Amino acid sequence: MSLKIVVLAKQVPDTRNVGKDAMTPEGTVNRAALPAIFNPDDLNALEQALRIKEQNPGSTVGVLTMGPPRAGEIIRQGLYRGADTGWLLTDRLFAGADTLATSYALATAIKKIGDVDLVLGGRQAIDGDTAQVGPQVAQKLGLNQVTYAEEILGIKDGVVTVRRRIDGGQETVQVPLPAVITVNGSAAPCRPQNAKLVMKYKYASCPMERPEGDPREDLYKERPYLTLNQWSVADVDGDPGQCGLAGSPTKVKTVMNIVFQAKESKTLTSSDADIDGIVKELLKEKIIG
Amino acid sequence: MNNVFVYCEIEGTTVAEVSQELLTKGRKLANRLGVELHAVVAGTGIKGNVEDQILPYGVDKLFVFDGKDLFPYTSAPHTDILVNLFKEEKPQICLMGATVIGRDLGPRVSSSLTSGLTADCTELEIGPYDDVKTQAHYDNLLYQIRPAFGGNIVATIVNPEHRPQMATVRSGVMQKAIYDGKAKGEVVYADVAKYVAPESYVVKVLDHHVEAAKHNLKGASIVVAGGYGMGSRDGFDMLFDLAKVLHAEVGASRAAVDAGFCDSDRQIGQTGVTVHPKVYIACGISGQIQHLAGMQDSKIIISVNSDPDAPINKIADYVIVGTVEEVIPKLIKYYKQNSK
Repeated sequence: MSLKIVVLAKQVPDTRNVGKDAMTPEGTVNRAALPAIFNPDDLNALEQALRIKEQNPGSTVGVLTMGPPRAGEIIRQGLYRGADTGWLLTDRLFAGADTLATSYALATAIKKIGDVDLVLGGRQAIDGDTAQVGPQVAQKLGLNQVTYAEEILGIKDGVVTVRRRIDGGQETVQVPLPAVITVNGSAAPCRPQNAKLVMKYKYASCPMERPEGDPREDLYKERPYLTLNQWSVADVDGDPGQCGLAGSPTKVKTVMNIVFQAKESKTLTSSDADIDGIVKELLKEKIIG
Repeated sequence: MNNVFVYCEIEGTTVAEVSQELLTKGRKLANRLGVELHAVVAGTGIKGNVEDQILPYGVDKLFVFDGKDLFPYTSAPHTDILVNLFKEEKPQICLMGATVIGRDLGPRVSSSLTSGLTADCTELEIGPYDDVKTQAHYDNLLYQIRPAFGGNIVATIVNPEHRPQMATVRSGVMQKAIYDGKAKGEVVYADVAKYVAPESYVVKVLDHHVEAAKHNLKGASIVVAGGYGMGSRDGFDMLFDLAKVLHAEVGASRAAVDAGFCDSDRQIGQTGVTVHPKVYIACGISGQIQHLAGMQDSKIIISVNSDPDAPINKIADYVIVGTVEEVIPKLIKYYKQNSK
């Protein structure tokens, strides 16, 4: 059976390296100040999608992402690994979205894509760690969901069998298509970029990514697959009131940098006398023992 | 109307500890707001088995949904229960564990009710809020306080207009305590079929396997934790030796887990377990903020590190400057000698 698969992927700030200017005064993310990467769990989801495509001839994989024009890079990264197409949702009206407004935008785009059998996404994104968007997209589309998937074991007669991680163990579940599945970071890692695909797609871009008077305009006309889908709120027939900051029930009240209160500490060496001394002190104070 | 709700998670007929921790927190919030604490639990064969694990935490009203196929948990039936119950009860706050179940259920419920949800809160408070854009003033909102950006910042989130205000909290972040005040303790056995549509039982659980926890890191009074500075899995064996003589549990930093020195279920920090021991012995841990977030409330912190400027030393009570290979065997030796 051939399947139409959409992978939800997010370009995220690399939170392992955060500076002081990471947040705007409004408390939303200052994406410009941080290096942007493909959200790690979303790569695990892409790998599951590509495996399903290989096992079910005729299937297609498309990468759906939302972000500023530069997030077109996420679609290219997907194409380099074997995805067939992609869509970038980009519009100022999408900006400042919390998880609910994000899931509204993604669900609206999935409806626009149409006839999708399976939506895959990472369990969570490293910038927010919320794990909310997958289930919220499922709810908005009225689809079944399976979260924390580690392996999609197979698809037969329109039913997907999934092994998933749960607290302290694992589960095997069956869910009928269409469905939304979020994939855990412990699932198989994503395959590397394919050199031929990199050559084929390296000039693929969304219209908004292109400079005025782009020297490659003739190339884009000759090879239509180099022009990636770029959708605004209007393109997906979205309700601006449910998008971005306007559509977000949660508001950021304050943001503070973490400052740990320094303590007055006792510094010791590794000498026998010092270690003997601290152990005696801890025992005497009944802190240990 | 307007009460505080806690969704109680179960495994078989055992209520999860995180749910009891949230009942304790929920009771405090309800007292602060002058409203009732309500709890909801759903499973199979739970009637008569779970009430005593929930009511003592100060619950005024417990809704029990006992029905076939409500355990093991699947998303749709539990979502139906909460969504339909909340449409009747209109709670102002709903709390659940930031567990696999809570993080599957919470977003689905919040999306159904178009209410905001904040994941992995580390503190919950009540307070006022002024919206600078609309000039509107709100009293008694739930402050949902959570770390973000790898633990480098703490954000306070509010949901001014939408109810319930929903939040998830990780296990071990709050502390459970039997309530010593008076609560009504009423139990309602609900008719499941009135809340769950038959077509919601669509996901089939073929096999459900949960192992008993191998350790009690969360409740340990002494924790011996190792970081990347332990050097190897063999290095961690030394920590297990120290833990054995001290009757302690072994924890690890994310760097040590990522390097494969220790299993991930022992990870302490923002994305792992939160601990509150009497003594925390950090061995070869530099002290990234996301780690400190999971152990800063330890009463006594001892840092063993060859780097005298390791960030963790700033919050330590005792700093032993030396290599772990040298210091840990000595700690074992002198503990054995002196504790006799």
